[in-house]
Amino acid sequence: MSARRGYIAGIAGPVVVAKGLSGVKMGEVVYVGEDQLVGEVVRISSNYFTVQVYEDTSGLRPKEPIIATGKLLVAELGPGLMSVTFDGIERPLEEVRKQIGDFVSRGVKVNALPRNVKWHFKPLVKKSVKVEGGDVIGEVQETPLVIHKIMVPPGVDGSITWIEEGDYTVEEPVATVERDGEVFEIKMMQEWPVRTPRLFKKRLPSEVPLIVGLRVIDTFFPVAKGGAAAVPGGFGTGKTVLLHKVAMYSDSRIVIYIGCGERGNEIAEMLEEFPQLKDPKTGHPIMERSIIIANTSNMPVSAREASIYMGVTMAEYYRDMGYDVTLIADSTSRWAEALREIAGRLGEMPVERGFPAYLPDRIAEFYERAGRVVALGSPERVGSVTILGAVSPPGGDFNEPVTIHTLRFVGAMWALDPELAYRRHYPAINWLKSFSQYAEIVERWWAKNVSKDFQQYRRKALRLLTVASEIESIASIVGESALPDNQRLILLTSEILKEGFLRQTALSGEDVFCQPRKQFLLLKMIMDFFDKTYVLIRKRVSIEEISRMPEVFEMMRVKEDERGIKAVEELYARVMKKLDELAEKYGLTLGGGDMRG
Amino acid sequence: MDEWIFRRDILRCFHGKLYRGAREIKGSLMFVDGVEDAAYDEVVQIYGSDGKERTGRVLETKIGEAIVQILGERAGLETDVLIKFTGSTFRIPISEDVLGRIFNGRFEPIDGLPPIISYEKREITGAPINPVAREYPHDFIQTGISVIDGMFSLVRGQKLPIFSVSGLPHNMVAAQLARQATVRGEEEGFAVVFAGIGLRNTEADFFIEQFRETGAIERMVAILNLADDPAVERIMTPRIALTIAEYLAFDLEMHVLVIMSDMTNYCEALREISTARGEIPGRLGYPGYMYSDLATIYERAGIIKGKKGSITLFPILTMPGGDLRHPIPDLTGYITEGQIFLSQELSVRGIYPPVNVLPSLSRLMKAGIGEGKTREDHRYVADQLYDAYSRGVRARDLARIIGEVGLSERMKRFLKFAEEFESNFVNQDPYENRPIEETLNRAWRVLSVLPEEELVRIPRKMIEKYHPNYGGG
Repeated sequence: MSARRGYIAGIAGPVVVAKGLSGVKMGEVVYVGEDQLVGEVVRISSNYFTVQVYEDTSGLRPKEPIIATGKLLVAELGPGLMSVTFDGIERPLEEVRKQIGDFVSRGVKVNALPRNVKWHFKPLVKKSVKVEGGDVIGEVQETPLVIHKIMVPPGVDGSITWIEEGDYTVEEPVATVERDGEVFEIKMMQEWPVRTPRLFKKRLPSEVPLIVGLRVIDTFFPVAKGGAAAVPGGFGTGKTVLLHKVAMYSDSRIVIYIGCGERGNEIAEMLEEFPQLKDPKTGHPIMERSIIIANTSNMPVSAREASIYMGVTMAEYYRDMGYDVTLIADSTSRWAEALREIAGRLGEMPVERGFPAYLPDRIAEFYERAGRVVALGSPERVGSVTILGAVSPPGGDFNEPVTIHTLRFVGAMWALDPELAYRRHYPAINWLKSFSQYAEIVERWWAKNVSKDFQQYRRKALRLLTVASEIESIASIVGESALPDNQRLILLTSEILKEGFLRQTALSGEDVFCQPRKQFLLLKMIMDFFDKTYVLIRKRVSIEEISRMPEVFEMMRVKEDERGIKAVEELYARVMKKLDELAEKYGLTLGGGDMRG
Repeated sequence: MDEWIFRRDILRCFHGKLYRGAREIKGSLMFVDGVEDAAYDEVVQIYGSDGKERTGRVLETKIGEAIVQILGERAGLETDVLIKFTGSTFRIPISEDVLGRIFNGRFEPIDGLPPIISYEKREITGAPINPVAREYPHDFIQTGISVIDGMFSLVRGQKLPIFSVSGLPHNMVAAQLARQATVRGEEEGFAVVFAGIGLRNTEADFFIEQFRETGAIERMVAILNLADDPAVERIMTPRIALTIAEYLAFDLEMHVLVIMSDMTNYCEALREISTARGEIPGRLGYPGYMYSDLATIYERAGIIKGKKGSITLFPILTMPGGDLRHPIPDLTGYITEGQIFLSQELSVRGIYPPVNVLPSLSRLMKAGIGEGKTREDHRYVADQLYDAYSRGVRARDLARIIGEVGLSERMKRFLKFAEEFESNFVNQDPYENRPIEETLNRAWRVLSVLPEEELVRIPRKMIEKYHPNYGGG
């Protein structure tokens, strides 16, 4: 095919107007200028079209050529994606570095998947079997942690005429399919346009929680596998640290992390930590199940816009193999700003705060690509994509378009609070402002796998925290000592909950990841303490006597005890015994306090 | 041939593309018709009918028109001008000779010495560091300022801004930092690149004098755009400074500290140009791309794997109206790795440096401290100071409402701690250089105001080793 060429008519930042070429498609990839910068067609008119360029346009001149490729912006999908760091348009950054050095300059062309690496392909179907789009025909051990299923590309069907085990590159055929005399070669690499969601058979309800090991999330504001959660917070509230921890410890099989318009050193930190951190089940570095997409804040804005779609397309691809995938986007606000900037350069009419009118649609389209689904083809596979999106509201004020529209399309919000961060209470998730629509759904999972009492304790604790915040505001006026003892007990218990349950270190040690069983025991301990003490207080035992108990401080610190669940059980027994003794001293009897729960 | 851009005499003989007459001049923008293929971002020379010569840059280009941003003085310009398109983007000649020199925002020497001549030219916009080539910063920088070293430790390759308010001694803090910053175990200090953006003359003189005094001038480069210099040059000033810093750090393998003051003036200039171009404004009229634009400055800090040098960035900005939510500090905070807040209240009470501890933060601290880097107790001590101080501040707030007598005994102790902390830990002389050990020992002495049981953030064995009650401190 002869190249279709046009020429540049005008340049303003990343937006280039071109002429002299007809029949370009919306979304078509073009190469711009002598340096062949990558761009995408974003607007077509009868005699010109507009291109958004993914690289710095300095030095570009009118009349330089533009070459149309006839292809949409696609993701290359196949073995070789895992453990690689890409930029927003899927250029492997390590490879880019090898070619052009430490700085990313323009016009560099690198394939997403290496063409010279041979993968060992094992067929899972035999010759003359009938296959159709989505069917798994074989597999490749991509990394020690990930078996890569080779699937028939959508739209291809027929019977297999040839398939053979062996070592192949991604471009070599591993099988041939014939239908009505037409032969189609199946390769390990396929392409998919990033702005189109990948197809699936049907959507399933999300009912299993994504366990992240952070108590405030798992217990109070869970996200289900296949769900979507937003993490809004001003700077310094710990968004990125929180999302890094989720990427490291959550129980999903695959993690895709999009560093979208954020700091370069944060990517450097992940690249340093991920290869060292071992997957608890297999002992392999978690890097082997992760893909990082890094389009830092100083890299071109339009590639930032594309990076989100690139990441979610990869997530869907692994979902189709039957994996639970977590997609983390840090930060979606930077992506929205990229949309705004490009819209501004295109002269589109701004609506709220300069954002284009289609912002809510774009946000909805993105979060709707989360889900738990039955994949196309056979054997039957169930996979999920869970999306966690950071939102960086200007001035930390949630009343702005990106936060508002995001909250309409997600099932959970973890609201980060600067007040908590100032007190170094991390994760700084505000328990009064956050919500999760998955809480009720995943309670069934907790009842089945942890304890049937979970739901009751969870609700009680949330209620106590709400009441405590009301009392706190009174206490800040009249002073704590002026409050009645039962209210002071609520304050004391909420203090124990905050320090001993909600607050959790992100650095290292026992408390970094908390098993669901331990989460439940800690919660039960604190709430049973409250119930028993409440009775004592009502019978005129003084709050001072309670708060002097050394066990009160121990409840705040037992989470860090290296003996784990054992230490909690032991302390629980001691607290109950101590309270019983106290009751005895005052001639009272207390019920409950059974550890079995 | 474009090696000669800055040799004007030769430039005159250079066969560039010459146009006569502008269609319109509006603010700092000039619209030139009939231009066929000006490059985006290309540098132009403008020869006015007043005999003056100015530099400009192509902001937008199409077949038949170019929009040029005029750098430098605009007064006296008419539409009847000669405009030469030089064929290249804005680049500066660079060599070792830049050390010890002072330039203006167009990279012309203002110290009376001849211009830099070199075949080595760099585009001032720079290119982003490949994220996979970055080395995660680890090396603790001792600034000799207790509150920074102890609680918001700076590491090599970090970008840590000072958020201040007009009238506070932020320049003093920056100068102290430039004088005292060292990496432990290394003889050589930092090379300092100073970008003065819209500074008053006295401020600029203060910095130069400070550097001269300590002999740091030989290891310093200053790019000065003063308050009465053209605002548009403020766009270039930090970029020239960083281009030099990159050369010193990644070519000459030096450790470079870049101080930029005042970034607020930079953002104002950005807004001015954006408005002149008729762009759709974002918050408070600042352009929607200000985040990305600031990132192309701040993100040039860092360390590259396999290279010895580093760029540590220390921008200073004054928050308009002292408002943290103003777009300038807000967007900066989203890009930089922490921030150091200065507080009017502490300054009024005579505390120097008046660092407002609670909202301040250093994100890279955890990697730079601890055994073998500073001291094993550092992290715990910092956490404990922070925790206790935040309780002390809350006690102080409460005391304002209900009176000190209404506080519980425990709260009173924290209140006393807060006073002690401010006057004996935070407060220090602008010329006092405290090694990290002294900083930590001071911290222990201040903490000993509290009963030992209250030190819940510090493991028992550290208390027994460092607490004054056990002979430490």
